[in-house]
Amino acid sequence: MSAAPQKAKAGAEKIEVTVSAVVPLNPLVTRFEFTRRDGQPFPPFSAGAHTVVEMRDGARTRLNPYSLMSDPGDSSIYAISVRRDDQGRGGSLFLHNQVKVGDPMTITYPVNLFPLDLRGRKHVFLAGGIGITPFLAMIAHLERMGGAWELHYSCRSKELGTYVDELTYKHPNKVHVYFDDQDQAIGLEDLLDGQPLGTHVYVCGPKGMIDWVHATAAAHGWPDENVHSEEFLAPQPGKPFEVRLCKSDITIQVGEHESLLEAMERCGVDAPFLCRGGACGQCETDVVSSDGDFVHRDHWLDDDEHASGKKIMPCVSRFVGKSLVLDR
Amino acid sequence: MSKFQFPPSISSRPVYGTLEPRPGKAHLMIADAEGAEALLDLAASDAALFANAHIIYIPKDTGETYVERLRALGPAQFYVGPSYAASVQRIRRVLSDAHMGLQVYLAGTEGLMGQAQNEAMQAGIPHGAIQTEHRGSVARRMQCVHCKGITEDVTTDPFVCSHCGLNLFVRDHYSRRLAAFQGVCIDAEDPGNVPEPVELYK
Amino acid sequence: MTIQFNTETFRDDYSFRNSDWAIKRFPFPFHEDSYMYSVNMEQHRGGPAGSVYEKRFDVDEHYVSEMADRAIVLAEDPLRCQSLPHMTLAGWDTLELIMVSKSEDYPDLFELHRDGDRWRWINKPMGIDHTFTFLDETTLPCGPLEYITRQAQGDYAVLDQRGDMLYMDAGMVTTQADWSLDFDIGMDFFEWHAPVPLAHEMGIFKRALKFLLNIQQGAPARRLNWTMTVNPLLDTSPENYHKWGVQKTTLTPENIGAKQHLRVELQTFYRLPRSNALLFPIRCYLIAFQDLVTVPKWGRRLHRVVRDLPEELATYKGFIANRPLMLDYLSRYDDGLPTSPGIWPDLETEPPLQT
Repeated sequence: MSAAPQKAKAGAEKIEVTVSAVVPLNPLVTRFEFTRRDGQPFPPFSAGAHTVVEMRDGARTRLNPYSLMSDPGDSSIYAISVRRDDQGRGGSLFLHNQVKVGDPMTITYPVNLFPLDLRGRKHVFLAGGIGITPFLAMIAHLERMGGAWELHYSCRSKELGTYVDELTYKHPNKVHVYFDDQDQAIGLEDLLDGQPLGTHVYVCGPKGMIDWVHATAAAHGWPDENVHSEEFLAPQPGKPFEVRLCKSDITIQVGEHESLLEAMERCGVDAPFLCRGGACGQCETDVVSSDGDFVHRDHWLDDDEHASGKKIMPCVSRFVGKSLVLDR
Repeated sequence: MSKFQFPPSISSRPVYGTLEPRPGKAHLMIADAEGAEALLDLAASDAALFANAHIIYIPKDTGETYVERLRALGPAQFYVGPSYAASVQRIRRVLSDAHMGLQVYLAGTEGLMGQAQNEAMQAGIPHGAIQTEHRGSVARRMQCVHCKGITEDVTTDPFVCSHCGLNLFVRDHYSRRLAAFQGVCIDAEDPGNVPEPVELYK
Repeated sequence: MTIQFNTETFRDDYSFRNSDWAIKRFPFPFHEDSYMYSVNMEQHRGGPAGSVYEKRFDVDEHYVSEMADRAIVLAEDPLRCQSLPHMTLAGWDTLELIMVSKSEDYPDLFELHRDGDRWRWINKPMGIDHTFTFLDETTLPCGPLEYITRQAQGDYAVLDQRGDMLYMDAGMVTTQADWSLDFDIGMDFFEWHAPVPLAHEMGIFKRALKFLLNIQQGAPARRLNWTMTVNPLLDTSPENYHKWGVQKTTLTPENIGAKQHLRVELQTFYRLPRSNALLFPIRCYLIAFQDLVTVPKWGRRLHRVVRDLPEELATYKGFIANRPLMLDYLSRYDDGLPTSPGIWPDLETEPPLQT
């Protein structure tokens, strides 16, 4: 054994897969199923885990995290469901428009940043739109283990209610669906009221919904530890900027439609990552000096760290100003 | 003077705070002896809390000193028990009937708070969400790591295990699950060589 | 490779011995002539052929006797194996990981045949041939964690991960360096390490926790830790300290070479796939000073490490009283020559002891 500290690896271990099915579910959401190219079973995974999908789009490599929504008990396939984002940076468009059955792809081993608290007496799931995906795996897990759960699922309309029919057919008493276009809304205060001690709430959806659930639960005396959320941020486009990476001794340009992390990787500078969505903390980078303003978008650093100007999460955050020097 | 400042210690040793009113549907307050003073202080900052409060109070050797003052706070339910052991069935029943949004307030000796906290944790409340405030005796509840027996109200170091008779020194290592500090044989490597007991925190 | 299993004891008459093979593959923990805490993690993906790092779960000549010793400890004190109620799935994860690894790494000793959830497990050295249903506890004689760790060398701590913290929520602990699972179960990472001196102030545990939280499926890690034990006693538990502590006072210049053992823990870390818990196997290797000094490099280095170790550490590791005796003995195997870097014995390249 050496005493040398280990260089953190970029990303989790990889699995070579073939696209085995592409299933459009509604005008916006398509399911992609994968089988392993080496014929081995997939590793088991814990409900709530995501995989990072590598997309070779011409000269560009995109790496996007998606929740595994297949049954964790089924090691023959992994599946993700992807909402097309016409305003996004192209990852979902690439999957929707270019990926076909039979294509080879590379995905990572599962990484779980949104696990079930297995101590929970009961699990209450709150989903907004495509935020339903991790809950499909959690429901499959709890059904197998005999755990208590209920789902409250808010969607824009019947047409865009991904997996609504399947869920309500299988679990008519546990699934509650709310359609925006019918002016239906989750009655959060009522459903928080009267839950047995040891209940855990999980929310996956837009930021506003997550904040609302955390704030309402706290106001009703729920401990923070019993309220769980996951929101992967997609990096947002922004003005191009220049960054000096002092350890690597290069200066790189970050384009309008790429993240700082992607620009670093494009220039051959490996930064560790797991989620690429501002949640896992792996790519945290020290700022050596800066003259300008940070656009922090991550969930990892706290407010003081954001204000300090000493740290940045290059997967989702950007910079506007004269100069930025990072310790990479 | 019932407040005592514990010296800084290792990270498994519990740290106690000051009870503060928190939003919640119901409030369970468990106190022993001078712990009553912490509840009276809590009432001074938010008397309205007590309309939905259930107080379980074990006076120990303070007798009637605080009982009527606690009753005067007007809790929804008020129980005065002769000992923790006599009260624990009631505590378990209250917790099993409770719902999310319950706030738990513990005040008094380390032994009382540790045991009641353990009940609340087993009922599904994370320990970080349970408020505690130390008042009164600094005696410790000790587990003998050798025979597993618990000795209550230990005030000296070393002390004799009330179950197996070994001479034990008092560690700050603390188990929330057992609600006890760890006692370890002091003369294992030199049998019979036991220092004179000294009072804790002296 | 066929392993010849020893028949030996780790108590009473202490007939435990290391063969020449076991001595040469001993996981010597010092990569240089001094020691201080460090996180010292590396990937656990094999190692040199024949070394203790080669397989995921090392099986050696002590296997059968260590399992017999574990059975004695558990018969005396069943609380050495415990699992909080939410950790059963992690127990199944552990069973799966060990059965799959051992049957793949030692096909001559272990077999696993899976037909859906119907599993048949064959452990030849222990004479076990058992069919059970995966994830159905009623088909095993005890919980899944206890079942498999009664058949696997080393202690096992199973850590639940919640909100950026690890909790010691299950384990099998019978070969420990003086800590009690029964007392520590349920504690968080900082709490169960609370009694360790210096390392908290050095920020060691903060860094270690950050590393461990990010160990991912398919990428296990490992490190070495060490202490000292008089007699080859596996069960140096706090529970029995009032019985074994006195053995520390039995060292003499005549018996120290045979009685004093360096105790090394090969600690590995696996992310468990179904429960997202972290499995922390702690495998204990013992070597008598007289066997260790047959490797000249190790004799030189151990003398220097023991001599220069800070007093707090020698106290915490429990050998401050015996240090002078140890140094008297070890100094005879330190001729002052430089040592090669790294932990390997380097028998071919390092000079013999100069007298």
